[in-house]
Amino acid sequence: MPATSFDIPLQAYLVLAAILFCIGVWGLINSRNAVRVLMSIELMLNAVNINLMAFSSYIDGQEIRGQVFTIFVITVAAAEAAVGLAILLSLYRNRETVDMERFNLLRW
Amino acid sequence: MTIASVTQLICFVALSLTLVLGSLGVVLLPNIVYSAFLLAGVFLSVAGLYLMLNASFVAAAQVLVYVGAVNVLILFAIMLVNKKEEMAEIPGLLLRRVLSGAVCLGLFLLILRVDLTTPWAVTGPTPLADDSAVVIGIHLFSDYLLPFELASVLLLMAMIGAIVLARRDVFSSDVITGEAVDQGLIEKERTPLLLESNPGETTLLEKV
Repeated sequence: MPATSFDIPLQAYLVLAAILFCIGVWGLINSRNAVRVLMSIELMLNAVNINLMAFSSYIDGQEIRGQVFTIFVITVAAAEAAVGLAILLSLYRNRETVDMERFNLLRW
Repeated sequence: MTIASVTQLICFVALSLTLVLGSLGVVLLPNIVYSAFLLAGVFLSVAGLYLMLNASFVAAAQVLVYVGAVNVLILFAIMLVNKKEEMAEIPGLLLRRVLSGAVCLGLFLLILRVDLTTPWAVTGPTPLADDSAVVIGIHLFSDYLLPFELASVLLLMAMIGAIVLARRDVFSSDVITGEAVDQGLIEKERTPLLLESNPGETTLLEKV
């Protein structure tokens, strides 16, 4: 039976996504390890995806364009993770550290 | 309250708790391997939320791509860069954390206010039950065809870029006999180029 009326309000999903996004931002700013920075970016992307999916289900239930957008976001996130980790690996080979505080070559 | 709605509520609360606690663990745990495994838990609970939103196809894609690919990639990266290193102390680290925490809390309150005060038009059309995959397929091959094809090009570019960036320099011929080696199994002696401690490496950098 399709859920014609949702018992959980839309706001619950939005608040959950907001919590996840803010945790991701905090981790992005405060992580010393470069791998953890990439993980925080993935958390933020997932928060955005939750928003898109909730709106798609609650407001655009027939056309579900939000779900198509989520598919594209997942694709771009996969590409971003692959390239980001390759850059991290190359950086680690040349600096022999993953400490974000020591990646300061371009600082004035 | 019917039994279906109670079940839905219990599932939502459980998934939310897993999501929030897991993401806090990802950010806060000192051991990064635990963080990576908790990240898999976060991705799985997000997939569960998608299932609750009548989106089985995207939930499956989430599990396949995030848990199956991205998380495994992150675990491999952790294995490859897993050197115990002493992070140098930074003065005012605690102050920085508290300040950024306050900024993030402010951002959260801002989003919370927008979420709770906006009159969302939730009385939309009734959601699809099971054939969301069909509708997504129709979208991907009609009005979203160009982004779909561009995504394939993007994935190809990302794959080639990742290979080029993460590749190691190897000898194309055997050192002693001079014969060509097929896979380049002999790795070149590698010197880190950008270390601060030995300034003599700049000549190597110019040579490369």
